[in-house]
Amino acid sequence: MTATPRVAARAAPPRAGAPLIELSGIEKWFGDYHALRGIDLTIRQGEFFSLLGPSGCGKTTLLRTIAGFEAVSKGRMLIDGKDMAGVPANERPTNMVFQSYAIFPHLTVAENVGFGLRREASSREEKARRVDDALAMVGLGGYGGRAAHALSGGQRQRVALARALILRPKVLLLDEPLSALDKKMRETMQIELIRLQRTVGITFILVTHDQEEALVMSDRIAVMFEGSIGQMDDPETLYRRPKSRKVAEFIGKMNFIPAEVTLAGGRIEVDVQGLGRGLVEPDQAPAGAVAGRTVVGIRPETLGILFPGETTDRRLAPGVVDEVVYYGDMTYYDVRVDGIEAPLTISNKNFIGEPVLDVGTRTQVIWDERSLVVLPA
Amino acid sequence: MRLRGQSEGARAAVLALPPFLYAVLLLAVPLVAIVAISFMTQDGLVIDPTPSLANYREALTSPIYIWGNATRWGTLPVSLYVAAMVTLVTVVLAFPMAYFISFYVAPSRKSLWLFLITIPFWTSYLVRIFLWKVVLGFNGVINTALMGLGLIREPLEALLYNLSSVIVALSHSYVVFAILPIYVALEKIDRSLLEASQDLGETAFATFLRVTLPLAMPGVVGAVLIIFIPVIGDYVTPELMLGAGGRLMSNLIQAQFLGLNNWPLGSALAIVTMIVVGVIALLFLLLMRRWLRARG
Amino acid sequence: MKGWPFRVYAVLLLAFLYGPILLLPIFAFNDGAIIAFPLSGFSTRWFEALWETDALWQAARNSLLIAAFTAVLATLLGVFAARSGSMAGFRGKGLMLGFVMLPLVLPEIVIAVALLVVIRQALGLDLANWTVVLAHTVITVPFSIAILNGAFASLDPSLEEAAMDLGESRWGAFRLVTLPLVAPGIVSSLLISFIISLDDFVIAQFLTGANPTLPVYIYGLTRFVDALPLIMAMGTILVTLSITLLVIAEWFRRRGLARAGVASTGGFL
Repeated sequence: MTATPRVAARAAPPRAGAPLIELSGIEKWFGDYHALRGIDLTIRQGEFFSLLGPSGCGKTTLLRTIAGFEAVSKGRMLIDGKDMAGVPANERPTNMVFQSYAIFPHLTVAENVGFGLRREASSREEKARRVDDALAMVGLGGYGGRAAHALSGGQRQRVALARALILRPKVLLLDEPLSALDKKMRETMQIELIRLQRTVGITFILVTHDQEEALVMSDRIAVMFEGSIGQMDDPETLYRRPKSRKVAEFIGKMNFIPAEVTLAGGRIEVDVQGLGRGLVEPDQAPAGAVAGRTVVGIRPETLGILFPGETTDRRLAPGVVDEVVYYGDMTYYDVRVDGIEAPLTISNKNFIGEPVLDVGTRTQVIWDERSLVVLPA
Repeated sequence: MRLRGQSEGARAAVLALPPFLYAVLLLAVPLVAIVAISFMTQDGLVIDPTPSLANYREALTSPIYIWGNATRWGTLPVSLYVAAMVTLVTVVLAFPMAYFISFYVAPSRKSLWLFLITIPFWTSYLVRIFLWKVVLGFNGVINTALMGLGLIREPLEALLYNLSSVIVALSHSYVVFAILPIYVALEKIDRSLLEASQDLGETAFATFLRVTLPLAMPGVVGAVLIIFIPVIGDYVTPELMLGAGGRLMSNLIQAQFLGLNNWPLGSALAIVTMIVVGVIALLFLLLMRRWLRARG
Repeated sequence: MKGWPFRVYAVLLLAFLYGPILLLPIFAFNDGAIIAFPLSGFSTRWFEALWETDALWQAARNSLLIAAFTAVLATLLGVFAARSGSMAGFRGKGLMLGFVMLPLVLPEIVIAVALLVVIRQALGLDLANWTVVLAHTVITVPFSIAILNGAFASLDPSLEEAAMDLGESRWGAFRLVTLPLVAPGIVSSLLISFIISLDDFVIAQFLTGANPTLPVYIYGLTRFVDALPLIMAMGTILVTLSITLLVIAEWFRRRGLARAGVASTGGFL
């Protein structure tokens, strides 16, 4: 994992505007195929909201029903308080940036951006001015006269954004907008999109299968599997307090260890295979704690290696190094801890003075009961 | 995965209706009509609609059409022979050309070559056949040129007014129809398959036999169907190439309609011919499928 | 040079294909009345004779009229079929659109006599130009569809959706986005259908009324020995016209593909 740019704006307080999009009981069938199964969600004004999930989970289908390209089979959809049943795509207050960008190849950049203004009554000068403003906003000022089919991928995406935003929609829908770009371009555009959203202030709904992308850009994320929402929360909560194994596995890397849960007088005690006993806080069991056998999760970066010569007052578990992957700034160790079946993955920042351990070395794993997450069995 | 709702399917169905209904009205209905009329009889100018098998009896028993007699073959077998020969000749001529364009021409120039081979097809069909008469005739281009060069003393008679001249002229017209489907099939072959075969030790020729040829077969089959069936119905070429003496099935059918004015009989002859041709085509398809499956 | 035996073969085959056609201008401009070597010297008198023949002008006008109507009708139906083909499937789609392509594997004579029976016998109508137009459309629609399928297939389906998302109706999206992008294919289809109709003999012979088309007229000429050079001249004109139209059609087809940003490697079939 490379260092994805952490945006300073993440520290801004979460926005809580009025509800803009309300979906209740949304179902969608394509013939026999049940694509969307009972979707309930509310997206607020000004949010950067992401639909995240693997291929085929229904996220694009959901986006398209919001846009109006697919009709829902069942359920209710309100946008800005109005029921969208029977409202076609061209009459909805939404605009979409397509995965292929869908730039009209036979028009110039300016004609593309101004396409949606055709039906408006304003003067040609007024429209031209708005097109120029829109292009400047996405950093393509002066590109108006260019042929649209001669642009690079990143430029096309900006044109698609300008073309959508010029119409001042209430919601901007983005269907995997960054998947066609190379890595560097992707990182640049991620920041661009966040900046754009802050500037324009409208609601963005992003569809992506890339969890890193979702974590970086979103105010809230809905993780979808097989047509349903697995969990919907802000990035930090999703990462640190996943409610299911599926969500935990999908977002970042996670170690799963069998454990036994006992509830005693309002306290949750876990007995983790190989690591030992500990107490966890209620919020460490986001799906609720049930007594009995289950699984706990622990993120690789919350585990450590006790290097020779170091001491600690943290809890330790002995084990053997099974595999070493060296990334330069980080080293990933797979350690077979005594008593645990599967090796634990530990991500270790390479500090000066710390050696890179060899496979087969006997070592101690540092762990903290505060980083455990109790997951449903 | 791009999922599309039922409404788009419904709209697609509506859009398909105009061309489909047009084909039903102007193709299906007329075809039904000739089947219907083949069971009627015509005497002079009047058509008697009472159902009768007289036409089919005539078609299936008369020595003219299928069975022949002591001195000449039945017309249908001869026509099938001509069509089969034309198909064979065109496919054999077409394959190396298609292979050349697919494997030895730079991608940027491929459409140029295809364009070049298609042009002769689009020139007036009638004029082209007529030109063959001019080329092959007793006082035609080949004979006068050869005599002028002193290579022969008397003009060759065997160039025109026989089945071979028909086959040559038809092959010239239809070879393009063979090149294109074979080319398309060859283009679809994954080149890495051929490299893998040679990498595993096969010679270039063996690779061709074991990999390229079987994979090109669908194209050959397409070529055969597009040539064999329409050629059976071609009457203009035999008429001009054979002169007064010879007739193929297509000429006999045409004569019933435009000369002898016995449409029911003409329809019956056409249907019998089409059925025979259809059965042969089906047999060919089945054999091909069996052959391809046997090779794995 | 790699594959040189193939190259030699290809050139020879091309020579075989073009050979007879190259004779046309040679004998069209030949002064002699007999189509044979040796040549008699340059002359344009055959072309002048054609210019004078009224019946020829009539037939030509007829042919052009029929070809124009056929081109429009066949292309229109082809647009419907190709557009439907590029959209979602429905029950019977393969059958419906496949049936329309049937004329490709049917002998023309079968189509011609079948229509003759229906028009004259079943409906009792007279043969006229419009009967030829209808029949020509039947055989040219498959070609139109083949060309337009390529044009529609190379379109990004999101383009129309984007247009609708930006406020256009379905028809507006088609008109402003799809139509301009398939326009080269439409022009190609018009030209190819036009040429096929212009050159067709079999259907014309069966279905023309009192006014013959050009090929039918030429066929009539073949009876007369002294008319042979006229046929050569006629053929030269037709060949030149056809080649010109074909070159234009091909140019449009390539331009269409370039506009959509697709590299072309095959002909239109």
